[in-house]
Amino acid sequence: MSSKLPKPDLATLPKKAEARDLNFFYGQFQALKNINLPIHDRRVTALIGPSGCGKSTFLRCFNRMHDLYRGNRYEGEIRFHPDNINLLGADIDPIEVRMRLSMVFQKPNPFPKSIYENVAYGLRVRGVKKRSIIDEKVEEALTGAALWNEVKDRLHEQANNLSGGQQQRMCIARALASDPELLLFDEPTSALDPIATASIEDLIHQLKDKVTILIVTHNMQQAARVSDFTAYMYLGDLIEFGWTDDVFFSPTNKQTEDYITGRFG
Amino acid sequence: MKTLTAPVREQMRASIAAQKRRELLFSAMGFAALFLMFVTFVALFIDMIGSGFDRLNLDFFTHFASRRAEQAGILAAWVGSFTVMLVTAFVAVPIGVGAGIYLEEYAPANKLTAIIEININNLAGVPSIVYGLLALGMFVHTLGLGASVLTAGLTLALLILPIVIVSTREAIRSIPGMIREAAYALGATRWQVVRHHVLPYSLPGILTGVIIGLSRAIGETAPIVTIGAVTFIAFLPESPISGSPPFVSFDWLMSPFTAMPIQIFNWTSRPEAAFQQNASAAALVLVAMTLMMNALAIWLRFRLRRNLKW
Repeated sequence: MSSKLPKPDLATLPKKAEARDLNFFYGQFQALKNINLPIHDRRVTALIGPSGCGKSTFLRCFNRMHDLYRGNRYEGEIRFHPDNINLLGADIDPIEVRMRLSMVFQKPNPFPKSIYENVAYGLRVRGVKKRSIIDEKVEEALTGAALWNEVKDRLHEQANNLSGGQQQRMCIARALASDPELLLFDEPTSALDPIATASIEDLIHQLKDKVTILIVTHNMQQAARVSDFTAYMYLGDLIEFGWTDDVFFSPTNKQTEDYITGRFG
Repeated sequence: MKTLTAPVREQMRASIAAQKRRELLFSAMGFAALFLMFVTFVALFIDMIGSGFDRLNLDFFTHFASRRAEQAGILAAWVGSFTVMLVTAFVAVPIGVGAGIYLEEYAPANKLTAIIEININNLAGVPSIVYGLLALGMFVHTLGLGASVLTAGLTLALLILPIVIVSTREAIRSIPGMIREAAYALGATRWQVVRHHVLPYSLPGILTGVIIGLSRAIGETAPIVTIGAVTFIAFLPESPISGSPPFVSFDWLMSPFTAMPIQIFNWTSRPEAAFQQNASAAALVLVAMTLMMNALAIWLRFRLRRNLKW
């Protein structure tokens, strides 16, 4: 958090992405209502709100995960910079979108393959064949995910044998290996114990110098600890967005205040 | 806090005891059902061993059928069954697995897909003789394939196709959505997800389904009688490999054949006791083949699933 420093004007901060008039429908049900939200470049933006508020739905719009299931529909756009493309545009292949963004899920979801093959998978999908390049990238990604020292001697063991926290860090390494421009975290620590959670949060701190991060969390302390910006959502509406310490210490909206102080939610 | 009075406690205990008696009754009935089935099977098996075991020697496997019971063997029958199974597997596996993958991963959710899905489940319940009649009309007459190994293989492939398709779909469905999402999120195409994840992770289930299907097919009698398998044959299909060019031959596919269940049926219908013995021995071999195939299915599933923990 940057509470001690004078805060730069939001309008001047470079943006990595921006949701514009975004609506999302699961069949007839409207899950997101006219969301306008900037995602600032190489900053951590946290999405908070009670269950069912649409925060995960919003996150999954970015890498077009909703396209995998029938009956889902987007309206509006998500502008992605620097090339200013619309991630939701009909002319953009969702696979191209997913190659530029990476995602870490709620529960660690390693493939039942070796640690090495898990981390290398993003490269394999992109057709990288050269062993030396893959070796290098796997080491770099595992180092970036603070896991290299623990697993360097057993890269070819099954990923399922790792502990839950290690598995999640391996999933982060898997997401990092393809050099994503934006990293999406969907409640990445909800299945982990406090120690593993702390190590993931440390990792997010280290990563934000290199990559833009959007994180969904139901844990408000976590949002306060890891993020620069916080967006509070409720029933598909974006209620409040701003610097994390502003949202937490001087929310402009009564509802945000009630949620943050635990009176509701 | 409320205190529990003695009469209330007694009532509670009586109610628990009544529930437990009902549970005991149910489990006793379940055990009786299991016991009945088990005893029947064991009795049948022991009876078969008792009458047929003496005939089980090497000659029995290497001799053709004969008018003299002591010299008769099951050479043509087991070679026939084996070659037919080979054709069945080669046809049913790619088509069944392909159809299963298509239905799970690619098929749009429309009326046509729904009709196909319902019909696949119905096909699994169609009596096998109906497949025999279909094969007689289509393979034997219309396509002119005759009463050959190929015809029998294709017929039994049709018969087990629903089993292969259904088990493929079940196996694919048991892959957690989050594994699939992990692959898609990394930029994988649908084909890459199928090739790298869906197929390898569902392989144990698919193999189990295939082997269960084949072990059903190997015992089928009605459809192969219908297509006109011979009951007596004293030669083997041509060898698929030969010493002279072109070295491989597919003539065996068009060869007439007999199969284990037909041989057993044929011997059973003879009046002489010695042939009854032969029938028992052959039936024992058939049961052993089926059990071995099932054992293989269990072993494969165990081996291949070791690393598949979700």
